[in-house]
Amino acid sequence: MRLEYFQLIDRIIELDLDARTVRAHAQVPQTSTIFEGHFPGYPLMPGVLLIESMAQASGWLIIGLTKFERMPFLASVREAKLRTFVLPGQVLTLTAGIVHEGSGFTITKAAVEAGGKTVANSEITFRVTPFPHPKFRAGMEQVAAAINFPLTARG
Amino acid sequence: MSSTFDTVANIIAETCDIPRDTIKPESHAINDLGIDSLDFLDIAFAIDKAFGIKLPLEQWTQEVNDGKATTEQYFVLDNLCARIDGLVAAKGA
Repeated sequence: MRLEYFQLIDRIIELDLDARTVRAHAQVPQTSTIFEGHFPGYPLMPGVLLIESMAQASGWLIIGLTKFERMPFLASVREAKLRTFVLPGQVLTLTAGIVHEGSGFTITKAAVEAGGKTVANSEITFRVTPFPHPKFRAGMEQVAAAINFPLTARG
Repeated sequence: MSSTFDTVANIIAETCDIPRDTIKPESHAINDLGIDSLDFLDIAFAIDKAFGIKLPLEQWTQEVNDGKATTEQYFVLDNLCARIDGLVAAKGA
């Protein structure tokens, strides 16, 4: 994870387009400027970034399902639960699955696990639109390559 | 068995916290009930689930944006319900 750059996924471990699920790994960095404020003397992974990490895992699943033709944008977060503190250095597993694919929107259920325990979970809605610009897609393809997004899932 | 309108009105009332008795067949979801596009996603989700269909929101939006249709054709509840009935019938055909 590079928190300051909103890079919250280190690696896609499994993208199952038939089961419509994704699993990814991420390690909370030991140091980050974010920890200077959250909190001074007691660094904790911000809950909003755990939510963002679930959104990113869900997002890659949606990109896979749409063959890299569409981009998901976070629209709403329902019942986000931040169940325990997440500390610097912890290794996280992010999972997501599809609840519903509507016309122009998708709903997922996502979770963050650490040490086999769920530390956060939520239901997330995305607006799903064609990439607004080819440069946008190109940038996302670069990120995809960096996090081992499966080549076979690209259009 | 409740009518399509009753099901849709109940969904709108519950999703958007709008008093059920203010939701009429002639109500325009956007202009009269003040439902915005984000709330309409929740409504579409609930309608998709309740009727086992997929409301073609993207197509409708495109048609409105292109001037080929008016929002009344899709978002006045009577018209919306007729379209839902059509989608359900097409699914069963």
